[in-house]
Amino acid sequence: MNAVWPQLPALLVVIPLIAAALVALSRHGELAFALTLVVSWVLPVIAGAMLWQVLQTGPISYHIGGWEPPWGIEYRVDALNGFILVLVSSIGAVIVPAAWRSISFEITEGRLAWFYCMYLLCLAGLLGIAITGDAFNAFVFLEISSLASYVLIALGYDRRALLAAYQYLIMGTIGATFYVIGVGLLYLLTGSLNMVDIAARLGPAAPAQMPAIVAALAFLTVGISLKLALFPLHAWLPNAYAYAPSWITVFLSATATKVAIYLLIRYYFSVFGIAIDFAALPITEIVIVLSVAAMFIASLVAVFETNIKRMLAYSSVAQIGYITLGIGLANQAGLTGGLVHVVNHALMKAALFLGVCAIVYRACPVQLENLAGIGRKMPLAMAAFTIAGFGLIGTPGTAGFISKWYLAAGAFDKGWWPLVAVIVACSLIALVYVGRLLEVVWLREPSPGVAHATEPPASMLLPLIVLAAATIYFGFDTEWTVGVGSTAAKALLGGLR
Amino acid sequence: MNAVLSPESLVLIAVIVPFAGALVIPLFDKIPNVREAVTLVTAGCLCLAVFSLLAPVLDGARPRADVIRVAPGLDLAFEVEPLGMLFALVASTLWIVNSIYSIGYMRANAEPRQTVFYVCFAVALGSTIGLAFAKNLFTLFLLYEVLTISTYPLVTHRQDQEAIRAGRIYLLLLLGTSLVLFLPAIIATWVLAGTLDFTPGGILAGKAGAPLIAALLALYVFGIGKAALMPLHFWLPAAMVAPTPVSALLHAVAVVKAGVFTVAKVVVYVFGLDTLTKTGANDWLIFVASASLLTASFIALSRDNLKARLAYSTVSQLAYVVLGAALATTSGIIGSGLQIAIHAAAKITLFFCAGAIYTAHHLTEVSQMTGIGRKMPVTMLAFLIASLSIIGIPPLGGWSKWVLALGALDAGHTIVVGVMMLSSLLSAGYLLPIVARGFFSQPPGARVADKQVIEEAPAACLVALSCTAILCIVLFFVAGRIQTLLTGL
Repeated sequence: MNAVWPQLPALLVVIPLIAAALVALSRHGELAFALTLVVSWVLPVIAGAMLWQVLQTGPISYHIGGWEPPWGIEYRVDALNGFILVLVSSIGAVIVPAAWRSISFEITEGRLAWFYCMYLLCLAGLLGIAITGDAFNAFVFLEISSLASYVLIALGYDRRALLAAYQYLIMGTIGATFYVIGVGLLYLLTGSLNMVDIAARLGPAAPAQMPAIVAALAFLTVGISLKLALFPLHAWLPNAYAYAPSWITVFLSATATKVAIYLLIRYYFSVFGIAIDFAALPITEIVIVLSVAAMFIASLVAVFETNIKRMLAYSSVAQIGYITLGIGLANQAGLTGGLVHVVNHALMKAALFLGVCAIVYRACPVQLENLAGIGRKMPLAMAAFTIAGFGLIGTPGTAGFISKWYLAAGAFDKGWWPLVAVIVACSLIALVYVGRLLEVVWLREPSPGVAHATEPPASMLLPLIVLAAATIYFGFDTEWTVGVGSTAAKALLGGLR
Repeated sequence: MNAVLSPESLVLIAVIVPFAGALVIPLFDKIPNVREAVTLVTAGCLCLAVFSLLAPVLDGARPRADVIRVAPGLDLAFEVEPLGMLFALVASTLWIVNSIYSIGYMRANAEPRQTVFYVCFAVALGSTIGLAFAKNLFTLFLLYEVLTISTYPLVTHRQDQEAIRAGRIYLLLLLGTSLVLFLPAIIATWVLAGTLDFTPGGILAGKAGAPLIAALLALYVFGIGKAALMPLHFWLPAAMVAPTPVSALLHAVAVVKAGVFTVAKVVVYVFGLDTLTKTGANDWLIFVASASLLTASFIALSRDNLKARLAYSTVSQLAYVVLGAALATTSGIIGSGLQIAIHAAAKITLFFCAGAIYTAHHLTEVSQMTGIGRKMPVTMLAFLIASLSIIGIPPLGGWSKWVLALGALDAGHTIVVGVMMLSSLLSAGYLLPIVARGFFSQPPGARVADKQVIEEAPAACLVALSCTAILCIVLFFVAGRIQTLLTGL
């Protein structure tokens, strides 16, 4: 154990990478799933052990190949990315049992092994982005995860999945290009690619350097915002979520955008934090305006959407707005709220999309009117779905309430009363689209399409119930979410000023 | 034994029992008799627990139970104070009666999905008790929302177009106002006062200026949509599509009373009576409540559907409670408390009668009820007693209105006394003609010489409505004791 302990950061990325290669070699669907299952259950243990260690003794720094930073690649785990690593790996572990039935149902048998290979690559990429302390290495992992997710989306049974994947590919590539240009500018300025080193070398920026720094910031912001689907750069998301295999939507909605959000936070607060006086730049205002626009417009679009996958996808765009709002507020309560919502939204949206997954598996329709009365056919699954829906609205007793409480408190601390009104108004819109969904699910007479639906198999039902229970649990016990979130926020803001 | 049943644990037991009942009821989905027995036993246990808390509270104790700290400032905690005690007593007593009535009504009308009905009912009662005992605004808000959500399936029980439409209004209005107005008010209170605990004398004293206090009061009063203050009342008549037991207990007792109770609680323990009277922030509310009181009475006069008429009467009677709170005097608050209890008993009786008439003769409109008193003498007698109690004729419900009028005079608002007198007159105008038509007119098609056949509702319904009618009379004699309880405020 003592020999393994220091190698944990590398193992977290290496295990899924090697497993991906093995899965590709095996070309055997069941074997591939078994390996994926084992890997997915090992990873949260590693991530959890690292987070525990970070909270006990402070950040972990791991030097790949023994090369000292800033020359070699450094993996760096602190409270913030430890938190993200645990989130991503745990979501993977919880939902992976549902994959077998759902994916075998939606994908032709010959492609199963390739599917799990791509999933493991995507997972490795996401974990890599979160763990690395090297700006260019993050780009590499960003590409690994993105390329894998283009393939995963294209595997959807609907032919429109190809178009959605293509759309995402174009947008994602533009985003990655912007990102790498930003990193290049930083490299020109500092001669370093290590994030901590860049921050130290930038120091309090000299006026002559300002234009270059601002340009780098702008490129990075746009590049990462494309990946995290910040309004109005979200255009790829609804189609990608709607036409990807249902189970992949569960995974991507809960993890991919969250990791991109992490990267944005990392650049804003850790890399640029010392160099730039954020208050002097209009960047926080821009982020807040875009966040508010996302919350309002995407929520309104969700109200009028009739395809439930697209409805939930637009809801994701809106909920991402809540998170970026916390970043824009850039004070203790606001940033805590944003970080907590990263977890809470991941849980709730995973539950909701898993509910959709179950519906598709048992009944097939994704159009709202086809869903009529499905609550009577699969009451347990739909009860869990309903709980997650109330979480989205932010009713007290669910995790969503906690995030909104902190965000609103952050807005109050800044004296921005109208922003509080915006936050609650968006909850109201969420009430309308969730209410509309619940009304169809529970109160209509069952439609012919769902007449033969029954509860989903246990491998789907249990993860769904776990996620719904977590939505309630984290609405009461916030020691973990708010505790780690506020520690991370404090550290980030400490870097800021 | 003593340690187990200390007042502190009784508080928790009282809150948990209905929720536990809600978990047990679905187990007996296929055996209706056992299922109903579970409901009755749960209601009995709850009532016992609540009544055992009465003695310590009368002695001045404030039993409390802290459950969990959700986040700094957000504690899930309970503490029993007189106002909450009274509300819990009313709700838990009437739940037993209502359960008996429900069994009769639901079986006689062969309603579908009865298990869901009883489960939601138990959850709603659990949240009502929790709300009554809440120690702080967060706990109260949490249970307020649970109450809304758990009653939604009851309102939409029939699942037809009309029920779905009513459910939409219900959810959107109650959840909507609470999220858009109530929640920001709570957050603002937290930012201003640094605490959400209900504290005698209020927590906002000296923390904000008069305009801000008035604005906050508006956010609270309109954010608490359950109080059905006009113009946010229209969910209540819409919710009348629910089965009658739901209208009776929830829309005459638990839900709406939870609303006005919350208003009273916020006025007393968050703002503080002195803060309100000193800043004059309550003046506007007196006028709004008076306007609501009169307007709703006028609308009730014009409604032919019996349940709609009763619903508007409820809106009007709730405005009395808000009015008492708005007066921000001790006698005003005591009057509000009395009104909560007295109106609860009277209105549940009226709804029971409406349901009995529907069950026995499938009549819903007042104009159809000619001569109904001759077929259903017991029901209509109960209706008369409850009507007199609503109107406020002294041997019955007059007590609360008397105290409220005294409160108004204390506060120097003589005009309010006039408003109340006018409203009493109006309520006589919309209630007594029903009784008169029932007893003194001939049923359609009957000849004078015909002897009327008595066709009453099922026994369970009849027992329940007789009990509540008797309770209306009993309440007049124990009003003094309730007043003693509330003076410990």
